[in-house]
Amino acid sequence: MKEIENVVIRFSGDSGDGMQLTGTQFSSTSALMGNDISTFPDFPAEIRAPQGTVAGVSGFQVNIGSSEINTPGDEPFVLVAMNPAALKANQHMVAKGGVLIINTDAFTEKNVEKAGYTENPLDNSDNFSDYQLVEAPITSQTLAALEQTGLDTKSKSRCKNFYALGMTYFMFSRNLEPTIEWIGKKFGKKPELAEANILALKAGRNFAENVNQAISTYQIQKADISPGTYRFINGNTATAWGFLKAQEASGLNIFLGSYPITPATDILHELAKHKDKGVKTFQAEDEIAGVCSAIGASFAGALALTTSSGPGIALKGEALGLAVMYELPLVCVNVQRGGPSTGLPTKTEQSDLLQCMYGRNGESPMVVVAAHSPSNCFHMAYEASRLALEHMTPVMLLTDGFIANGSEPWKLPDLDKNYQKINTKLVDTSTNGENFLPYNRDENLARNWAIPGMKGFEHRLGGLEKQDGSGNVSYDPENHEKMCHIRQDKVNNIAKCIPAQEIEGEQSGDLLVVSWGGTYGATHMAVKQLRKDGHKVALMHIDYISPMPENVGSILSSFKKVLVAELNLGQMHKIINGQYNIGASSYTKVQGLPFKISELVTACKRELETI
Amino acid sequence: MTEMPTYTKKDFASDQELRWCPGCGDYSIINSVQQAMTKIGKKREDICFISGIGCSSRFPYYMGTYGLHTIHGRAPGFATGIKCQNPDLSVWEITGDGDALAIGGNHFIHALRRNVNMNIILFNNEIYGLTKGQYSPTSVEGTVTKSSPYGSLDHPFRPAELALGAGTTFYARTMDTDPKHMQEMFLAAEKHQGVALVEVMQNCVIFNDKVHDEYTNRKTRDEHVIWLENGKPLLCGKEKNKGLKLIDSSLQVVELGKDGITEADIEVFNSSNRSQAFMLANLYHPAPMPMGVFYENDSKESYEVQLMNQIKGVQEKKGKSTVKDLLYKGDTWTI
Repeated sequence: MKEIENVVIRFSGDSGDGMQLTGTQFSSTSALMGNDISTFPDFPAEIRAPQGTVAGVSGFQVNIGSSEINTPGDEPFVLVAMNPAALKANQHMVAKGGVLIINTDAFTEKNVEKAGYTENPLDNSDNFSDYQLVEAPITSQTLAALEQTGLDTKSKSRCKNFYALGMTYFMFSRNLEPTIEWIGKKFGKKPELAEANILALKAGRNFAENVNQAISTYQIQKADISPGTYRFINGNTATAWGFLKAQEASGLNIFLGSYPITPATDILHELAKHKDKGVKTFQAEDEIAGVCSAIGASFAGALALTTSSGPGIALKGEALGLAVMYELPLVCVNVQRGGPSTGLPTKTEQSDLLQCMYGRNGESPMVVVAAHSPSNCFHMAYEASRLALEHMTPVMLLTDGFIANGSEPWKLPDLDKNYQKINTKLVDTSTNGENFLPYNRDENLARNWAIPGMKGFEHRLGGLEKQDGSGNVSYDPENHEKMCHIRQDKVNNIAKCIPAQEIEGEQSGDLLVVSWGGTYGATHMAVKQLRKDGHKVALMHIDYISPMPENVGSILSSFKKVLVAELNLGQMHKIINGQYNIGASSYTKVQGLPFKISELVTACKRELETI
Repeated sequence: MTEMPTYTKKDFASDQELRWCPGCGDYSIINSVQQAMTKIGKKREDICFISGIGCSSRFPYYMGTYGLHTIHGRAPGFATGIKCQNPDLSVWEITGDGDALAIGGNHFIHALRRNVNMNIILFNNEIYGLTKGQYSPTSVEGTVTKSSPYGSLDHPFRPAELALGAGTTFYARTMDTDPKHMQEMFLAAEKHQGVALVEVMQNCVIFNDKVHDEYTNRKTRDEHVIWLENGKPLLCGKEKNKGLKLIDSSLQVVELGKDGITEADIEVFNSSNRSQAFMLANLYHPAPMPMGVFYENDSKESYEVQLMNQIKGVQEKKGKSTVKDLLYKGDTWTI
């Protein structure tokens, strides 16, 4: 048995093969066994793409380790391929010397052809000279193991993902119990299915043990994880829960107006469950009605939310401009995906940054914040709500498909200490509205908030330019200019109310890597590695994008070189150079995939050579 | 509960000067609305007026209540959000034929099908006013405007038909030249527990003057209007000498005394009869124009009531819990 620091496993099969479930089970078992982990579900946009084709391949990659893990790993060391298409789609990614576990039963002439092979790849051992090949008749073995169960063949065959999972459990000495317990709960109402899946899991494990000599086994020590209570969380769930915390902290109820869109819909799904906490969710007829209903609810005193992805944000643009004009609190979540247009719905990208910053008519400044990991979505959803409510402004919260669907162990935060009361701008009704003007402002330029039902505070808000203070329609040229400045200054002022920018590494040096959003895991690991190798490199990962913390300028000027790394064609790069004029370089990738650590290390080294 | 104040019409006017064109039908509509507000039994602070974009949509600025002037066609979304957030409010949407039926057509039908308890006043002047006179979704075919110099090719919507098709639980039609009838319709709409659409045949004095003249003009309207009254025969004509008779599954105008027709042959109006409402919606000028409440269905619970009941039900079943409970529930592990 070999001891290793970490391993990356990719489970891969047809969309209907249950690979997401298999991967999730492997991940949670590993976390329970004390490993650090990070996961990456990678699936097609089609719910059931044509069976057996490369287009229909669904994958789940997990990185588990005994040291700090922040990404799902650059390349898989183990690939479980349930059919020829899965092999075809993934073999090239697997590390040389890695393990290929192949369901040989699926390599029929028809499937081989559907996958786009001209001949059965298993017939030529040259195809696998760089790998350890484990050929396993997974389907037929599963059927054989379940012979006595009395289930029909189709139901038996469906259990094959647990057979494959059992094999990997043996390879990596995983404990079967958590999964057995989970199966028991999941199929509680169908004990025959629970029994079948448990049998398949055990049969897979036993098969691997019996062919022991052909399969290497590995041991991964517990990671040195800081003490605390943990749970798994993906970004979309964390986002929803962060809003729930903001609801509790503000004393308002959530109103979410939304329309289903990949990959944001799970936030709506999650919040819809929490009616017991007074959450109101409204599935509108379209994206526009979603945001408009949220603005309406905000006018009436809710913690108002709308959730979407790039194409939906495009539709919401006009209403977001109105929220800027009204100066009402609103959080708009953009779970970014590959664009433009419908683009790559299930793949990740960071290419909506400029859309969120500037994608509205007129001078329409927006507060923009971004979450940097699945669990950090909780914190940033709370922060976005806090800024919206304290400053009476719409706030855009950016996440992306990668962190929205990816999950990681989350050390549960001290809620009482870290998430205190949010003070809203609701007016004191004891004044009965005497001298009330809707656009009277506090020292941060945030206006006061009166809502229908409050006697004496009756007022009208509109999209037409308004007189400061009264809010009455005004076409006065000087007033318009003044109002444009006020709305911009109000956003700029928020810089005083957010935490100072932190950096990882020394305060000055050769190279500062700048990143934002869901790439944090990769940029953090890359910079850590470079620093270990003796390079004077630091990381500035920006969570608060508009406005940026006040110390960003001085950090940027303390390094010889600045490299902005992002999953687009250089959008943050434009913002950084535009705002700070420092001649930063840009490193980009737009493949619908996250950064690999190795790519970033290479890019940084190249940049260091130019000094 | 504080006591209900006694209001006068002035209590519902804001301090803003009305800026519609002299002679515009909107003046008489806002008068009737403000009058109606004194009678609906709601406090001023519990009333919201929500509009989209267009001449009619300036309305909220002129009301002394809470209000939103929003964006083109989207008022139903805002109004839905407000009503769901606070079901105690009386919510009024003000819209026009362009705002509700062109750019906002989708939101309009969904607001009706969802049955949110709000009132929608649709100002129908069959023309675009604020953009200076293009044909609208209710303009008759062949309407000559700047954007249709050789005549419009579109087939118009009939709002009554559209609304009934979308599942509205209340539809009424009235006219800007009859303040008393308008007020009556607004009060009936407010009383209805569910979505209520009131179509006001409104005159645009600049771009489509007298488009509704024949059936709204005090001098001629009685000849061209059927005033809908529950339990009464559908009679029309100044002398009530004509009526509607069901012939070949449609309502047709017949003359009393001719071919042996008596009042007993005339259809009796029933506002809970949806099929009859559809037939009435199909009657359109130059046929007699029905005015009044075409259809009302009070048996459907409104959206926001169901929403609040659902929340209450879940709360009773699940009890109170905090976010902390949520975080620590289920699969956690301690290191």
